[in-house]
Amino acid sequence: MSVEIEFVDVVKRFGSQTILDHVNVKFTGGQTTVIAGGSGQGKSVSIKLILGLMAPDSGHILIDGVDITKISKKELNEIRTRFGVLFQGVALLDSITVFDNVALPLRERLRLSEAEVKSRVEQALAQYDLQGQGGKFPAQLSGGMKKRVGLARAMMVEPLVVLFDEPTTGLDPQITKDIYKLFFETQRVYGFTSIIVSHDIPKVFNLADRVVVLGQGKMSVFEQPEDIQHSTDPHIIQFVQETMGQVYSSSYELA
Amino acid sequence: MGVIVNGITKLGQVTTYHVQDAGRMGQFLCAAIGGCFARPFRFREVVRQIRLIGMNSMPLILFIGLFSGMVIGLQGYHALRQVASEGRLGVFVSLTLVRELGPVFTALMVTGRAGSAMCAELGIMRISEQFDALDCMAIDPFRYLISPKLIATLISIPILTLMFDLIGIAGGYLSGVVLLGVNPGAFMTGIEQKVTDADIYLGLYKSLAFALLIVWVGTGRGYLLHKIQSVGFGAEAVSAVTTQCVVYTSIGILVWNYLITAVCL
Ligand SMILES: Nc1ncnc2c1ncn2[C@@H]1O[C@H](COP(=O)(O)OP(=O)(O)O)[C@@H](O)[C@H]1O
Ligand SMILES: [Mg+2]
Repeated sequence: MSVEIEFVDVVKRFGSQTILDHVNVKFTGGQTTVIAGGSGQGKSVSIKLILGLMAPDSGHILIDGVDITKISKKELNEIRTRFGVLFQGVALLDSITVFDNVALPLRERLRLSEAEVKSRVEQALAQYDLQGQGGKFPAQLSGGMKKRVGLARAMMVEPLVVLFDEPTTGLDPQITKDIYKLFFETQRVYGFTSIIVSHDIPKVFNLADRVVVLGQGKMSVFEQPEDIQHSTDPHIIQFVQETMGQVYSSSYELA
Repeated sequence: MGVIVNGITKLGQVTTYHVQDAGRMGQFLCAAIGGCFARPFRFREVVRQIRLIGMNSMPLILFIGLFSGMVIGLQGYHALRQVASEGRLGVFVSLTLVRELGPVFTALMVTGRAGSAMCAELGIMRISEQFDALDCMAIDPFRYLISPKLIATLISIPILTLMFDLIGIAGGYLSGVVLLGVNPGAFMTGIEQKVTDADIYLGLYKSLAFALLIVWVGTGRGYLLHKIQSVGFGAEAVSAVTTQCVVYTSIGILVWNYLITAVCL
């Protein structure tokens, strides 16, 4: 039932810049994999490759064993119906209201009755702490609120695969915690495969089954999130020091 | 030698790009027409677009139609008087409007008002990843957004053209009959006798062809913004592509108009 995603020898370049350099990695079905890594290392690009929005220069991307670089647009759309996606820039439709944005997949894809749509959307808005915001337009929301609308929209159709690009960046700590808790609970119920790009190290480790660190065109897999601290790769040591060091020193300063 | 090789390479690249661009536009048109038949049909969106594209253009079309008709009446009167045929003013005004000016002016006005708006709207959606989001939700942007605009424009423009023609003829009547004293009976019977079904169909074909062109270029340039070379990025790309849309559509309308006229006359 759970969907497995695999990169086979994937190369992605922009001009002379190599973003992914023969990457092989498997995102296990039903598990939560966190992709971490410095800014500009290709995390968002990796998500877009999985979605078929970009094509790799070479290599294959397998979703449930199907190579999405080789299939028709129609087949790709069939696969995408199982996805719940949050872009880094959220990408809400900005000429319709928050309510209509969240209702969009229900109306256009599941074709539910308006009464059903209304009750489901109201419920989702409440879950993401957006009560009473349904009538606003995306331009009238703060960055954090937009993220939450995007999350609500992504989760609306009970996806089998969840791809979140920096879901909590720019949210305050309490809401971040609430969102991770909600995510953890829904993941337990539905057992979807999820890939989350996040900088919330080490907070996001509570959620992660595995961590993938992306840097210098390679993905390094850590089966246990804690293993990342014992890595001998100098790039990863540096990354860990930069991210975790910051967190520790700031909590130290607070104490 | 190197200069020549570079020149040829460049020429090849430019040609390839334009062929690809034309191919993408062709594919786009097919998808937009296909989207009109996809289910569920977005009836309410079509109605909303008719309001935006058609109804909101009405005051402008009526205004321009009236003044065009008036000035044709004025010019026509002085020209026809030299050959002592002021009585034919009604025929002159109505045929000019129904065959040529009605369809062309209406289409040019709608290009400026609605074609450019469609292009900017879709261009902004493209740069802010809204089309990517629709793709990821497996929602067909053609059925959802583009085809309703196509249907609404195909409905709106012929009606606007008809309005332009009618108020233009009234304008001609105003300047010819009311202001310059042409015989009203001669003005009207001339129209009844000389404006044939064929003239009206010609105007209709033209307006439908222009409607298709306006939506095709307007939505196509916006939707394909990320594939278009040398328009820059972000807000600048949207503005460049919108300009491109208005220029291409206007040229297209005038060339098409000549060709249709040449074939039909
Ligand atoms: N469409 C594009 N064209 C050219 N370069 C791109 C494009 N998208 C991303 N890049 C480059 O790829 C690299 C990785 O980008 P991205 O995946 O967005 O980084 P991040 O890991 O911060 O999400 C960056 O250096 C970026 O400049
Ligand atoms: Mg990113």
